[in-house]
Amino acid sequence: MRPFQKHTGIVAPLDRVNVDTDQIIPKQFLKRIERTGFGEFLFYDWRFSGDGKKTADFVLHEARYEKATILVAGKNFGCGSSREHAVWALADYGFRVVIAPSFADIFANNSLKNGLLTVRLSEDQVAEIMRRAKGTADYRLTVDLETLRVEDGQGFSATFTMDDFSRHCLLNGLDDIGLTLQHEAAIAGYEAKHPVHAAMKSLG
Amino acid sequence: MSARTLFEKVWDAHLVTAPEGQPPLLYIDLHLVHEVTSPQAFDGLRANGRQVRQPLRTVATVDHNVPTTPRGLPVADPIAAKQIEALQKNCREFGVPLFDMDSPEQGIVHVIGPELGITQPGMTIVCGDSHTSTHGAFGSLAFGIGTSEVEHVLATQCLPQKKPKTMQIDVRDKLAEGVTAKDLALGIIGQIGTDGATGYVIEYTGEAVRGLSMEGRMTLCNMSIEAGARAGMVAPDEVTFAYAQGRRFAPQDKDWEDAMASWRALATDPGAKYDRVVEIDAAALAPFVTWGTNPGMVVPVTARIPELASFSLESDRRAAEQALAYMDLQPGTPIEQIAVDRVFIGSCTNSRIEDLRAAARVAKGHHVHGKVRAMVVPGSQAIKHAAEQEGLHRIFQDAGFEWRESGCSMCLGMNPDILQPGERCASTSNRNFEGRQGRGGRTHLVSPMMAAAAAITGRFTDIRNWRFR
Ligand code: SF4
Repeated sequence: MRPFQKHTGIVAPLDRVNVDTDQIIPKQFLKRIERTGFGEFLFYDWRFSGDGKKTADFVLHEARYEKATILVAGKNFGCGSSREHAVWALADYGFRVVIAPSFADIFANNSLKNGLLTVRLSEDQVAEIMRRAKGTADYRLTVDLETLRVEDGQGFSATFTMDDFSRHCLLNGLDDIGLTLQHEAAIAGYEAKHPVHAAMKSLG
Repeated sequence: MSARTLFEKVWDAHLVTAPEGQPPLLYIDLHLVHEVTSPQAFDGLRANGRQVRQPLRTVATVDHNVPTTPRGLPVADPIAAKQIEALQKNCREFGVPLFDMDSPEQGIVHVIGPELGITQPGMTIVCGDSHTSTHGAFGSLAFGIGTSEVEHVLATQCLPQKKPKTMQIDVRDKLAEGVTAKDLALGIIGQIGTDGATGYVIEYTGEAVRGLSMEGRMTLCNMSIEAGARAGMVAPDEVTFAYAQGRRFAPQDKDWEDAMASWRALATDPGAKYDRVVEIDAAALAPFVTWGTNPGMVVPVTARIPELASFSLESDRRAAEQALAYMDLQPGTPIEQIAVDRVFIGSCTNSRIEDLRAAARVAKGHHVHGKVRAMVVPGSQAIKHAAEQEGLHRIFQDAGFEWRESGCSMCLGMNPDILQPGERCASTSNRNFEGRQGRGGRTHLVSPMMAAAAAITGRFTDIRNWRFR
C-alpha cells in the first residue's frame, strides 16, 4: 500500500452531502477486472453528459481545481455500495485526501487499504475550508498524519483523530494481510476448535 | 458473565485474538463471493503466492452482471462476459464452490445463502457487497466489505475489526394490513436518516419484528446499510428454525438438535445494554414511497412531496432541492398523483417467494397500465421455479408483467435491464441514488405490493384501498 505521511495540495470543494459510491464511480465501469485505470470514470455522470461531452458546470472542470489532490465534501461521503472501485477512482484521479464531516464505514475502510486519507472535521471546519477553497485562488492545505493536523498557512488550522493502528499502517504503507498472518497459530487454534460444518463438506 | 446482547455473543464467539495495539481479529464463518468485487482480490492472492485458506467456507455465484433473458444464450456484453469468466476461472484455480449461470442454485448472493441453508444463526458472514446485512435476519453478524478485505478473508479467513457500537431498534405494536417489512425499513430510515446508524450494529426487536416472516426480516436487515449501519440483526426464534430446518446445507439429525440449542442461547440477555435505543411505533406506519435520491427522502403514500422550507438544515434543504430537480418533481405534489413509466419487482430486498406472492395477489385479475413496462425478476432460480409451481408467473404474465430469469437486474442496471434517461420507476430495490437504475433514471422505492399496484394504475396508489380480485 502507498504510505501516507504528509501532503500539501490544491483543494477542490464538492459542496454536496451524501455523495454516494454510485456517483463516485457509476456501475457501468465496475466490469473491469483490473485495479487501475478508474480515474477517468470518477464522478462520470456529473463530469460528462449522456453523449460523452464534458458537462458545463461541474466543479472539477474548473481550471483552478484541475490539479486538486484534496477533496472536501459534505457529510456521509461514500455512502452506498461497498465498491472499492470508488476509492480506486479517487486515488487514480489524483486525490490523496478526502475531508468531510463524516464518512460511510465501508468507504472509510476501503480508503485505509489504498493509502487514501479520510479526514473527519466538524461541519463548521468543513464549511470554512469549502468557503476558502471557493474564494481563494490556488487554495492549498497541508495534511499531516504524523501530527494529525490540517492547515493552510493562512490562519486555518484544525486537528483530526484516527485510531493508532490505522495511522501506523497508513504511515508505513503496511500490508495488513501480512499482519494478520503473523497470528497464524491463533487462527489455526481457532479452526481446530471450530471445524467446517459437516453439511458444508458436500460443497467441495 | 455479565448480560450480553446478541451482537456481543456472536462477536465474542469469533474472536481469534485481540493483540495489544491492534484491532481484534474476527474469524469469518462464511464468505460469499460474486463476479464484480472479487477479480482484483484473486489477482492479489496470485501476486503474493497465497491460497484461499478455507475454500469450503467460501461460496461464489454470479448475479450482478447476468442477463435476465433465457439462460443458455451467451452473455452479449463482452466486458460482463469477461468478468463472469474471470470468476469461473478463479473458482476453479482456487477450489472455491461456484453456483454458476446454468446452475439451478444460481441467484442473488444474499438470496441463495439463506435459501440453501448456508446462512445460519450465530455465524459471521461477509461478502464484497453492502447488502450482506441481509443475513443478519438469522441472528448472524453479516456485513459488507471492500475488495481488499475480500482478499484478506480469502487469504486468512479472518478480518481485523474495530468493535462497532450497538443500537436497539425496538418496534412496538403491529404493522397494519398493507404495511410491510419494506415500509418498516423505509420508515426507520426516514426517521433516523441515511447516516443515522453509522458505526453501529442494529438489533431489531419488538412485537412487529417478531411478527415478521424470515423473508420480511431479511428485507428489514437488508436495508440496515441504507441507514449507514454496519449490520442489522434479529435474534433467532421458532420462525428462524422453521425456515432453516431441512435446507440443503442446514445441520441434520443430532447436529440439528445441538445447533438449535446453541442458537436459542444467542438471544440478548435481560438487562444487557445497547449504546443507543430507538423506538418505533409500528402501528403509526403507512406504505412509504421515496421522493428523492436517497432512501431517507421518504414519505407515506398519502402525503405530498415536502416543501423546501420544511428542512431546518441548510445542507438538507439544498440536497432536497438537488434531488427534486433530478427527480423532476415539485414540492407539494401529492405522491398519488405521480405517474410511473416502469416497474421493477426484484433485488435482494424484495425478490423472495413471499414478495412475489404479495405482488401477484395485487396483480391478479388486473392489467398493467398501457403506459407502463413492468418486470418481475425472481431472486434465484429456486424462487423462479417455486413461483412457477404455484402459477405466479401466469398471474404476472396474464396481467402484462415480464417474467424473467434471476439476478440483480435493474436494482443496479449492470446488465441490459436499465431505465432510459428521464424514465420514472417504482422499484422494490433498495437504492434510489441518481443514475442507480440507469443514467438519468428516476427511482422511487416501494414495497412489492405498492409496486404491483403502481404498475396497474400507472401511478402511486395506496395499497390499503386496493380492490383484490
Ligand atoms: S440485488 Fe442490488 S443490492 Fe442486492 S446484491 Fe444485487 S445489486 Fe446489490
